[in-house]
Amino acid sequence: MKLVTNLLGAAAVIGLSVSAASAMECDTIKLGAAISLTGKYATNGVNTKDGYEFAIQKIKDSGGVKVGDKCYNFEVTYYDDESKGDRGATLAERLINQDGMQYMLGPYSSGLTTAIAPVTEKYGIPMVEAEGASRSLFNKGYKYLFAVLSTSEQYLASAIALAAEKAKEQGKDPSEVTVAVAVENDPFSLDIRAGILEDAEKYGMKIVVDEKLPRDLSDMTSILTKVKLVKPDVLVVSGHSKGAATAVRQIAEQGVSVPLIAMTHCESADVVGNFGESAENILCSTQWDETLTYEDPIFGTASNYNTEVKSSFPAYADRAVPYQTAQASAAVYVFADAFQRAGSLDKDAVRDALAETDMMTFYGGVKFSEAGNNVAKPMVLRQIQNGEYKVVAPSDFAAAELVWPRP
Amino acid sequence: MDEILFNIRLLLDFPIVNLKIIIDGIMIGALFALAAYGLALVWGVMNVKNLAQGDFVIAGGYVAYSLNQVGIYPLLGVPLAFVIMWGIGWVIYKTIITRVIERDLFTSLLATFGLAIMMAQIMNLIFGSDTQSVDLGLPTWFLGPSGIIDLPAAKVIGVAMATVLAIAVVIFMKHSRMGQAIRATAQDSRAARVMGIDTEKVYAFTFSLNAAICGAAGAIIVMIWVIQPFYGITYSVRAFVVVTAAGIGNLPGVIAAGLGIGAAEQYGGHIFGIGYQQAIAVVLLLIVLFVRLMQQRRIRQVLK
Repeated sequence: MKLVTNLLGAAAVIGLSVSAASAMECDTIKLGAAISLTGKYATNGVNTKDGYEFAIQKIKDSGGVKVGDKCYNFEVTYYDDESKGDRGATLAERLINQDGMQYMLGPYSSGLTTAIAPVTEKYGIPMVEAEGASRSLFNKGYKYLFAVLSTSEQYLASAIALAAEKAKEQGKDPSEVTVAVAVENDPFSLDIRAGILEDAEKYGMKIVVDEKLPRDLSDMTSILTKVKLVKPDVLVVSGHSKGAATAVRQIAEQGVSVPLIAMTHCESADVVGNFGESAENILCSTQWDETLTYEDPIFGTASNYNTEVKSSFPAYADRAVPYQTAQASAAVYVFADAFQRAGSLDKDAVRDALAETDMMTFYGGVKFSEAGNNVAKPMVLRQIQNGEYKVVAPSDFAAAELVWPRP
Repeated sequence: MDEILFNIRLLLDFPIVNLKIIIDGIMIGALFALAAYGLALVWGVMNVKNLAQGDFVIAGGYVAYSLNQVGIYPLLGVPLAFVIMWGIGWVIYKTIITRVIERDLFTSLLATFGLAIMMAQIMNLIFGSDTQSVDLGLPTWFLGPSGIIDLPAAKVIGVAMATVLAIAVVIFMKHSRMGQAIRATAQDSRAARVMGIDTEKVYAFTFSLNAAICGAAGAIIVMIWVIQPFYGITYSVRAFVVVTAAGIGNLPGVIAAGLGIGAAEQYGGHIFGIGYQQAIAVVLLLIVLFVRLMQQRRIRQVLK
């Protein structure tokens, strides 16, 4: 079923492109991408690809990328990395050596990006990636890697700040707050844990449960039993969509009552659709939300982006566009901007232009640090209220009040 | 180390938690036992070690999930998954298993390993890689001080259904004509053929029955946990551990080992951290193999 809707989506885009191509004669800039179209990351791999394709189409419709006095359109060569790191690295070699790609878009997931970045680095190929948040990507001194998303240790760190804020409101010292952490044993979730531990330490909070979930997790009763016994003030769960689904279901089943529960991947696990009531008042981290007030000339506002993606890709018709799609589009936009500023197709000139990026997009500000991560965009926390995701933190963008404590 | 001590102290400070862990373990173990019994059946009767066992479980889960998507009440999904997986099992037998059954061990392992990969990928293509589950929307009963023991109605019903299925299969194997034929074939297929038993039919029936049992287990699992196309391996591993520990043709042993592994895993998860939950199963397997070998060695020495 999903395959069919994806095909329909692709057909819709192709339909658009035919009409646009006849209006404008532009050359093509070829980008390479290894992306997870099958395997365990297939869902988000497809989300990423849709984001790339949508942005390419939008940029084409708005007159293409102007480099010097010529105009160009992007065209991406995709290979399926089957969600496997070694495959991703091989495909990156193939894209660069055999297909002669001079620029790359990132794959999905930190793991794949970790596998591919050394290859692009070796050949000096600039890669803008949108789906690898692991902080280990940004301490290796990579010069050709740029990431538009917030790094993973920031994902749930704001939950700790929120808990501290609430403790103060109650007249308590933040150091009295106790925290339970249950994260998957993979680089992404371990970064989240590191971010939490770092922030908790800053406030002097105590970590009372600190568990690592196995990769093929389908049961976390033993952790939740412990949580029930030690009664922490904050519970943080990160284990991709299976972790979110398992946690939401079993928290309700076991009647676990923690004032503040924060997790990742609520959207991809569709915890509201699958578990309804049980998901109420859970905090979910996100890179992006369509209610944010960011705006840019190509995509318009965040909410405009959301509407247009929905109409181009019927697969998103009955759900909000995931942030994975939005940031993929932002990556393409950043690339386009760098090409225009570089005024040349030379890969090193493009790399230097990328390093100097300082722009606003519908997805948030983009400005790269020395290490290549985006430092201009904060992480967003949303709370599930009456079955809807409401932005509650950071408070500058907050559309709703935090419901606390969670019953 | 501190953490382990802390966890053990929790168990001692709140003795009731032990009961909860055992109950949780038994509920999980009941489903391991089902999948393991099917494996023992195929192993014992056909000498095929089915590496796709866990994938049959997950396939059953997806059958129940799809039925629920079209509006069929989730509990009905269990018998329906049994029937549909029976059909799928029969087709797989006729197309693949029948060709490898008389071959050596390696061929059947390779064939079922390939089958496992195929099934996981097909499910991934059809259903996507997200986790899926069916919510019965039933309440949870809380027992004990501050409700520490939770008995979700869905889990209780699931375990009850697993028990009914296990009993039904046992009665069938003991008393029906086909059950007797299956047991006869398991004892000596050549002699069974001489006695006029159509062993090809028995094989097809056994394999289909195994797929059906797994399917029902999967349909229960989708109601109480979550499934994902690549979760099959976890159930395959457990089924192999249980059968190796209990031995084939030892149904009470399979059930006891299933429940025991469930409980041991929960304890391991509690004490060493949930990351080591699966390691417990594998460590148990090693211990069982070691003890078995020691026993056999002793016997051999006596025979000399």
